[in-house]
Amino acid sequence: MAAPLTTVPTVPPGRASRRASRPSTQHQRFNTRAGRAFDVVNVVLLVAVGLLALLPFLYVLAGSFATELEITTRPFFLWPRDFTTDSYASILSSDAFVRAFVTTVVVTLVGTLVQLALTALMAYPLSKVDLPGRRTIMTVVVFTMVFSAGMIPTFLVVKQLGLLDSYWALILPMAINPFSLIIIKNFFQQLPQELEESAKIDGAHELQILRHVVIPLSKPVLATFALFYAVGIWNDYMSPLLYLNDQDMWTLQMFLRQVTASASLSAQDMGAELPPPAQGIKFAVVIVATIPVLLAYPFLQKHFAKGMLIGSVKG
Amino acid sequence: MTAVVDVEQAGTPAPAAPPAPRRPHRGWARVVRYRWLLVMMLPGILYFLLFRIWPMWGAQIAFKNYVPFLGIQGSEWVGWHHFQEFFSNPDFPRLLGNTLILAALSLFVAFPLTIVLALLLNEVRLSVLKRTVQTLVYIPHFLSWTVVVSLTALLFAIGTGPLSSFLDGLTGTETNYLADPDWFRPLILLQTIWKSTGWGTIIFLAALASVDQEQYEAAVIDGAGRWQRTWHITLPAIRPTIIVMLILQTGEILNTGFEQIYLMSNALNRTVADVFDTYVYFTGIQQGAYSYSTAVGLSKAIVGLVLIFGTNWLAKRFNQQGIF
Repeated sequence: MAAPLTTVPTVPPGRASRRASRPSTQHQRFNTRAGRAFDVVNVVLLVAVGLLALLPFLYVLAGSFATELEITTRPFFLWPRDFTTDSYASILSSDAFVRAFVTTVVVTLVGTLVQLALTALMAYPLSKVDLPGRRTIMTVVVFTMVFSAGMIPTFLVVKQLGLLDSYWALILPMAINPFSLIIIKNFFQQLPQELEESAKIDGAHELQILRHVVIPLSKPVLATFALFYAVGIWNDYMSPLLYLNDQDMWTLQMFLRQVTASASLSAQDMGAELPPPAQGIKFAVVIVATIPVLLAYPFLQKHFAKGMLIGSVKG
Repeated sequence: MTAVVDVEQAGTPAPAAPPAPRRPHRGWARVVRYRWLLVMMLPGILYFLLFRIWPMWGAQIAFKNYVPFLGIQGSEWVGWHHFQEFFSNPDFPRLLGNTLILAALSLFVAFPLTIVLALLLNEVRLSVLKRTVQTLVYIPHFLSWTVVVSLTALLFAIGTGPLSSFLDGLTGTETNYLADPDWFRPLILLQTIWKSTGWGTIIFLAALASVDQEQYEAAVIDGAGRWQRTWHITLPAIRPTIIVMLILQTGEILNTGFEQIYLMSNALNRTVADVFDTYVYFTGIQQGAYSYSTAVGLSKAIVGLVLIFGTNWLAKRFNQQGIF
């Protein structure tokens, strides 16, 4: 029943004792010659690892502002010699790109709202311990976490519901993630009951309690999940691949795939009609597909560790 | 009786404690009491019924000869036919091999690297530096597989990419790394490490933060070096976390990640690139063999279920904490 994260204690018990320890112990503990050598090596290594995480992206960013000639002749650079925005100009003039971009923005916004609303509306009742049927529903939810019918049966359901070639197919089949449902439920569960009780005494309706008491108290957690949902939908490639046949409906990830795969050999037949786009365009499309995620990242980062571990309080 | 309970409830200030056990309502009284909450849940329940349970019912087509025109109910039962066909198909050992090799690479290379990175980060005392590195290594987790594969394609572009020209310089030949079957697995592993190692450290860093600091002080007084402290204090302390993550990883062995593999596979590397997930897509969606591909997917899901419960059982056998 417990979510997998339960085993990680959230409160570091060593905090108090660490503060109480004499500074000399700390000193003694690290300032040997070998210890200092290790520290230096460790810092250098970690800085290198950090840069490696960023370097491919920085190269592509530089390449997106470089000329075609520079991309094909200079193997590696982080600053273009001749700065140009031609690549961006040419993708912005492409109808297919603009359409894919707008589509993806709209689907991401609507999808995030749907996911958030459905998850919160289900998590709140489930946070009430003696809700009738709670055990059964939770068992089903946990079961769907470890076992899924798979790609084809889900595809057939989507088809049966008439959602093929509809943007709802990108949103509805994954409207509730069981894992985040459980985390949000656990969070609601540990909110002080007194507030809800007193709102009820004042005559508030359940929906009003959710809107005016529970959700304001859970804003950071819900915001974190909203960002995760948004990134998930933005990045989704499998759903449009499975459910959208109409090329005019494609999302940005599909467009990106078509553009970058066209020169390299590909088992997929998409993009076969188009001539291989110039290198610079590929660089620019990768950047455009990435920038929104990077813009959301600082907000994500502020909360995710907290948000991810918050559900671990109880199962 | 009720009065006593109510007085007790009122008299016990229990801030942040689990909700005090209420007077149990029975049957209909409970349903009536919670009717609005139950109504609130309807969209969610409908979602689970439509998109999670209905497909499970539909998975019966694995045992039928599904013809879309006849519908799931109307199609004829064929028993284990599709399973037999799959297990006797020469594709099966190849798919299994490819899947297991990729899983092994991830389990024996990427997973230990995550723990090593977490341990190294834990040793950094300059918290600004620690936080900066953490911020950087988490970023790739949020990029889509399409972006990661596109980055790979640009970095390894034939003759012009930075990494392909570097490797070409070392070997003296021009290779198309993206199409070469020998390079498929190294590239997949490289992508996996780049994308998920940093993010994977979060859970270990949380566990590391809760290790009792007094043990380290005692160990220092006993003359233990940094390596001995890591081996005898840190690693045992985070062992439960490592085991839980191992169990979860094992359950995922057959889930190679559809998007990554699909995007990296092409006509030239299919012999090593085909795994169960992509095979289901190619046979089911592209060739329309719905029943056969459902049987493949179902076998995979059941093996995954057995694996996760099996490792959990093993972990408990050896006196470790499981996840169930």
